[in-house]
Amino acid sequence: MAVAREAEPVGSLHEVREAGLDREDLLGVYRNMLITRGVEERGHILYRQGKIPGSFYTGRGNEAASVGVATAMGKEDVGTPLHRDMGVHITRGVEPWRIFAQYMGRADGPTRGRDGNVHMADAQLGLIAMVSHLPAMLPVAVGAALAFRIREEARVALAWFGEGSSARGDTHEGMTFAGTRKLPVIFVCDNNQWAYSTPTHLEYATEHVADRAQAYGFEGVVVDGTDVLAVYREAKRAIDKARAGGGPTLLECLTLRMEGHAVHDDAFYVPKVMFERWAESDPLERFRTWLRDNVDMTDDEEDEISTGVKKLLNDALKRAEDSPLPEPHDLLDGVYASNEDLDTPHHK
Amino acid sequence: MPELTYLQAISDGLRTEMRRDKRVFLIGEDVGVYGGAFKVSLGFQEEFGPWRVIDAPLAETAILGACTGASMMGMRPVAEMQFADFVSCAWDHLVTVAAKQRWRAGTPVPIVVRLPSGGGFSGGPFHSQNPESSFAHIPGLKCVCPATPEDAKGLLISAIEDPNPVLFFEHKHLYRRIKSEVPEERYTVPIGKARTHRIGRDISLITWGAMVYTAEEAAQQLENDGVSVEVIDLRSVMPWDKAAVLDSVRKTSKVLILHEDTRTGGFGAEIAATIAEEAFEDLDAPVQRIAAPDTPVPFSPPLEKAYIPQVDDVVAGLRNLAEY
Repeated sequence: MAVAREAEPVGSLHEVREAGLDREDLLGVYRNMLITRGVEERGHILYRQGKIPGSFYTGRGNEAASVGVATAMGKEDVGTPLHRDMGVHITRGVEPWRIFAQYMGRADGPTRGRDGNVHMADAQLGLIAMVSHLPAMLPVAVGAALAFRIREEARVALAWFGEGSSARGDTHEGMTFAGTRKLPVIFVCDNNQWAYSTPTHLEYATEHVADRAQAYGFEGVVVDGTDVLAVYREAKRAIDKARAGGGPTLLECLTLRMEGHAVHDDAFYVPKVMFERWAESDPLERFRTWLRDNVDMTDDEEDEISTGVKKLLNDALKRAEDSPLPEPHDLLDGVYASNEDLDTPHHK
Repeated sequence: MPELTYLQAISDGLRTEMRRDKRVFLIGEDVGVYGGAFKVSLGFQEEFGPWRVIDAPLAETAILGACTGASMMGMRPVAEMQFADFVSCAWDHLVTVAAKQRWRAGTPVPIVVRLPSGGGFSGGPFHSQNPESSFAHIPGLKCVCPATPEDAKGLLISAIEDPNPVLFFEHKHLYRRIKSEVPEERYTVPIGKARTHRIGRDISLITWGAMVYTAEEAAQQLENDGVSVEVIDLRSVMPWDKAAVLDSVRKTSKVLILHEDTRTGGFGAEIAATIAEEAFEDLDAPVQRIAAPDTPVPFSPPLEKAYIPQVDDVVAGLRNLAEY
């Protein structure tokens, strides 16, 4: 039986306005979702062209969850997005050409070719780069929240993980510590129902991942992760609560991973009917329809947004392809930090 | 100058930095109300409050992960592992996140992990280990192993100032046994510079941590034989002072490396390999190592005595080298 609160869909335009989004914001959210999907679709093309070394991962199906949560973050808030959360990077303002450069291992990618795919972050935008050991980032986000609590700053940390990651000890330790100290951190679970080939019932035995929150002493909420407005509303509530000293929330966004674990994986183990059913609630199509029905998004506006996104991504691709490959001569640089490296937004 | 124990010198260094820099905080199991398992932070919570001397749940990954996150937000965390042995629980965090973040993502992680390490008092397999060589192998981490009270204070302050993750191995067997003069004011001891503990001509004895005292006793005995032993205290194994070791070896032409950690893959192997690569022509004898045998640390006193290198073992090793 579910313990977590199962969030309702957003009922009215009034409710959206109450939550802080005006018409222009809503079109901006749609644009960010289009960029998010567009970046990953173009990534697929680059991969097929042999321009991406190693493997390639996307978050198709997770656009509403990632953009919705990131839209609710404040400018000074920070987060540790994972590989299904491209929408967080886009919403925080990472330029797509740098993402393509990262994919291709070029010198202008955020990690300058030292790490691949979505293992990147722009610290200036409040993001912390993920590692492959996904739940390892949860205690890091908890530590950011601890710093805010020690300094009594009204800032919040966002910690992303998946339902697969929920099985690891880091998740338990991070949530235990955050719960005992009521730290301003939101644990965002991208539950896309498949951890590589492993289904949810082999990852956790409760109905929802968010059911666990009660055991850590805070609220758990499950939201339809294809409904960007419901995700936004629930993330906003949780963030506002944390900012006001109310402690953590576990926000579980339920989606389906619409592709394989990575590009090499055809996801044969996912029942076809499951893909068909979730394709009906494609996050982009769903929100596009909502915008047309509720805020009268016109054909012209829609064209303008999609044309703008296409141009942005085409220009970005070109700029990324012009970026040089990294030079091996500085491979040893930066294994150890120097004092100048502490000149970051946070160390001043 | 006041005389302080090794333990008091560590407390003094930590207190000095916490008074000077509001970004510095201490986190660990039982460090607050109880003052730490060894009382290094006794009275700290009264002085600095519960949000700068933080009693954490029994969760080493949360403790070190939180230090990393807080450091990225501009804090200067100092974590205490109750025993160095328990850092194994947070190995993944240190090695996967903290060590690599600067290199791959450009984000420095200025944290200090204090690790009460070493044996000699029947702590058994889980309260006696010296895991410094495991971490010295990981690019991005620094490993400091002070032997004297003066170094303990100065190196701890350097570690807190350092923009990298620094593992600070404080030897438990030195905590209350070793006492010496420590400057009252704030000072730093550079990380990566060895200290010549004893000047000698005939054999270089390279060591660190509690073994410095074993080395000193053995060197005194050799002096009665007319053999002059130079004792080099490395102070840190990553970075380690290669130049100081090679200078000493070139002078004496014979070298014994001594450490309390186990032999195979211990840090002595790296030092021996470096000497073989860079000072082979200067040697008059094969490079020798004395270290713990390749077993877990035993509990019962006669077994532990057989495990930890003793003065007699070092004396025998030095005599063999002298006669070579």
